Amino acid sequence: MADRSEPRLKVLALQRFGLGPMPGQAAPAGDARERLLDEIRSEGAPQPQVSFSGAAPIGRALYAFEDEERAARESRRVAGQPSSEAVQVAAAPPEPGRVQSHLPAPQPAEPPFPQKVYREEVVARVHLALATETGFAERLVQFWSNHFCVSVAKGNFVRAMAGAFEREAIRPNVFGRFEEMLIAVESHPAMLNFLDNQLSIGPDSRAGKRRGRGLNENLAREIMELHTLGVSGGYSQADVTGLARIITGWTIVGRDARLGFPGSFAFNPALHDPGGQKLLGKVYRQEGKEKGMAALADLARHPSAAGFIAHKLARHFVADEPPQALVAELTRVFRETGGDLAALARALAMSDLAWSAPTTKLRTPQEFLIAAFRALGRKPDFGQIAGALGVMGQPLWQPGGPDGYPDSNAAWATPEGIKTRIDVAAQLGRQAAGSVADPRLLVEEVLGPLASPQTRQAVARAESKAQALALLLMSPEFQRR
Amino acid sequence: MAAADDDCERMTPSRRAVLGAAGALFAWSYMPKFAYAAAGARDSRFLLVVLRGALDGLSAVPPLGDPAYAALREGIALTKDGPEAALPLDGFFYLHPAMPNLARLYAGGQAAIVHASATGYRERSHFDGQDVLESGQSGPGKTDSGWLNRLIASLPAGETVSRRGALGIGVVPPLVVRGSAPVLGWAPPRMARAGGGLVQRLGDLYGERDPALALVLKKAIETELIASRQGMEGQARGGGGPDSAEGMRRIAEGAARLVGAEDGPRIAALAFEGWDTHANEGGAKGRLATLLGGLDGALATFENGLKAVWKDSVVMVVTEFGRTARVNGTVGTDHGTGTVAFLIGGAVNGRRMIVDWPGLRPEQLHEQRDLKPTTDIRAVAKGVVADLFGLSGPVLAERVFPGTGDLAPMQGVVV
Repeated sequence: MADRSEPRLKVLALQRFGLGPMPGQAAPAGDARERLLDEIRSEGAPQPQVSFSGAAPIGRALYAFEDEERAARESRRVAGQPSSEAVQVAAAPPEPGRVQSHLPAPQPAEPPFPQKVYREEVVARVHLALATETGFAERLVQFWSNHFCVSVAKGNFVRAMAGAFEREAIRPNVFGRFEEMLIAVESHPAMLNFLDNQLSIGPDSRAGKRRGRGLNENLAREIMELHTLGVSGGYSQADVTGLARIITGWTIVGRDARLGFPGSFAFNPALHDPGGQKLLGKVYRQEGKEKGMAALADLARHPSAAGFIAHKLARHFVADEPPQALVAELTRVFRETGGDLAALARALAMSDLAWSAPTTKLRTPQEFLIAAFRALGRKPDFGQIAGALGVMGQPLWQPGGPDGYPDSNAAWATPEGIKTRIDVAAQLGRQAAGSVADPRLLVEEVLGPLASPQTRQAVARAESKAQALALLLMSPEFQRR
Repeated sequence: MAAADDDCERMTPSRRAVLGAAGALFAWSYMPKFAYAAAGARDSRFLLVVLRGALDGLSAVPPLGDPAYAALREGIALTKDGPEAALPLDGFFYLHPAMPNLARLYAGGQAAIVHASATGYRERSHFDGQDVLESGQSGPGKTDSGWLNRLIASLPAGETVSRRGALGIGVVPPLVVRGSAPVLGWAPPRMARAGGGLVQRLGDLYGERDPALALVLKKAIETELIASRQGMEGQARGGGGPDSAEGMRRIAEGAARLVGAEDGPRIAALAFEGWDTHANEGGAKGRLATLLGGLDGALATFENGLKAVWKDSVVMVVTEFGRTARVNGTVGTDHGTGTVAFLIGGAVNGRRMIVDWPGLRPEQLHEQRDLKPTTDIRAVAKGVVADLFGLSGPVLAERVFPGTGDLAPMQGVVV
């Protein structure tokens, strides 16, 4: 790194490890590294403010919503009207601009319950990111939330639960132990629904023998491939089937409340394969839910998991091809601390390699939008968030598959990707042109010592304030971190 | 974003004028390196459609003539008779009733179906399976370039196909077109496009500070120019994603117009999503039927949009692997191995099932679980591109699909 001056490090801290600078932050007090370490707290990451407390009350309200929809459909059918197919909220991100311009819609209708919860969760999550000072903890939430992703495209259940999933399974555990986060994730109703485990029935269970139904190995496969060991982490098809049997009975309480509070996690012994089950050469004979807990604990401590997580973390924060020594150091810390995620975050923040690597990594669309809102001092509504993320290809909690959104320049630095980013920057520039006094001063405030002479000149020579702001947002120094 | 923002766009200079200005900057990239038009050579078009999530080939093209089929498929089995009967192909194989356009193309000699096929990949990870399918390598994680990109890079410089580059549809284009050869990018428009003045200034800034971003922006502008000459700028915004019938149709329409254009790319890749039917897959109706209907609509859209060049076109539809032969515990199917691929177009030697049927009895299944692959999909792909673009066997075996020297390009796929 050519310039090791303190002002440069402060901006770099906000760009590489945080959410991006806000005006007035360029010269904050205190050491850049200390400010990152300050956010590592045993209670986890801060919680966004929403009106629903958790998965269980959301689940109960969702059941009530579905019952009402069913009753309404039934009464329409009786009345001889065509039945509505509107129960399932569209998987595509909503686009308020289009809706407003194409529909007469005199009074804005209340969105269906799952969409209403989703909107509130999205806005709360983004507003928390805009109020956070540095955002190292928030970036780790984003990382883990994408590692253990669910997708609202699955249906109403995940759409209503995705926010609660992040608040309950991810945030409290980002500085806890990996094993704790893993168990919280795999037993959360949102994940059980997303990867079909609530449908999986042990072939030798009471229900399996009675109904002739059986296993669904979706969750078991992704636990090993995507969540813990990695695809070449050393497991076979037999291990996938073994783990699928071990976690049969991990399910969601139905509306009948027979197993607990509707919408919450439950272990249902009637669906569980009894007896010993083999996974990675070891036979698990525990009773009930303990069998799965023991298997997940062993997967969390497996040597393959340490290397898999360390590489993903370094790739996310530092570079597509992270320094081998950094990956080795993070792997060592993960292994020696038994997966202590606070120690892992501390090791990343303390590593000179993580600070000295050149800024090559292109911000993801979500990172870019948050950084742009912070730089411009905007407080967006749901439409402004969801519209921009939708066109850039990264709507919140809606990746195309259980492997989450890609985390490489090859995926995001594409012709159409950059072009839509420019469209978003142009729109943000127009919206903020009235509230930003001088774009040249904003360059100093948010990029400071990172700004190149060419970027300064392009902003200064722009034909309008809106264009100047768009140029700042699309400059290489703002796009790469 | 908000509707009010759209008004700002109307105050900017006309889109065409703006595009023209931005395009002038990069006009050099349109200058042919040297004129090339081999006498009588075919000006071929090739579109690759990747179905992400693993298509259930036994439901898309059910072997109703196989005595083991109905028992394996239980409640989702399709039938020869009744109101939702599958569509006949050759008496043994039938087509899912949600695909009447494909049935029509097949009957008209413009579609062939490959069954019991797969790449060389034998594990069951979607992501590795797609990596192998698109990279064209023997295993996952070997390269960041796709086989269609390397195909273009292997053609003589200045040839129409290499000069026009490949088109990757989507904000994140499929891996199969990524690589060192030029790639154009397009996606169905969803928002007001930025003015050309801003784009031009960014082009200058990237040119001085960031060569990688400069290159992708140049490619974006090239695609916009072709699109504007095709009159595509007035297209409605919004619409469903690539896992909806509407989204598939829009993607197909845009791809067909760009690839069908005289100055457009000759090769394109796109992806449709949502095929991972672990639960409640459905039979003649239901989740998979809806997706197959979307694909079928997209095939008709290709046919219509490529009308002028249809006789020289092949659309190839592939997926990373198949699904379990048996229905799973949740009326769906889990990750499997052998599946189907479709070849559609005026250049296809059609009305043919390309298949060496392995059978569905337990001992005939791969690992007693999946349809056994007996045709390597790479041999089919090699046969198609060899005939369309005149690539030699050694180039295909070394550069496009490395390490496939013992896998001969399939003969007679293209007429």
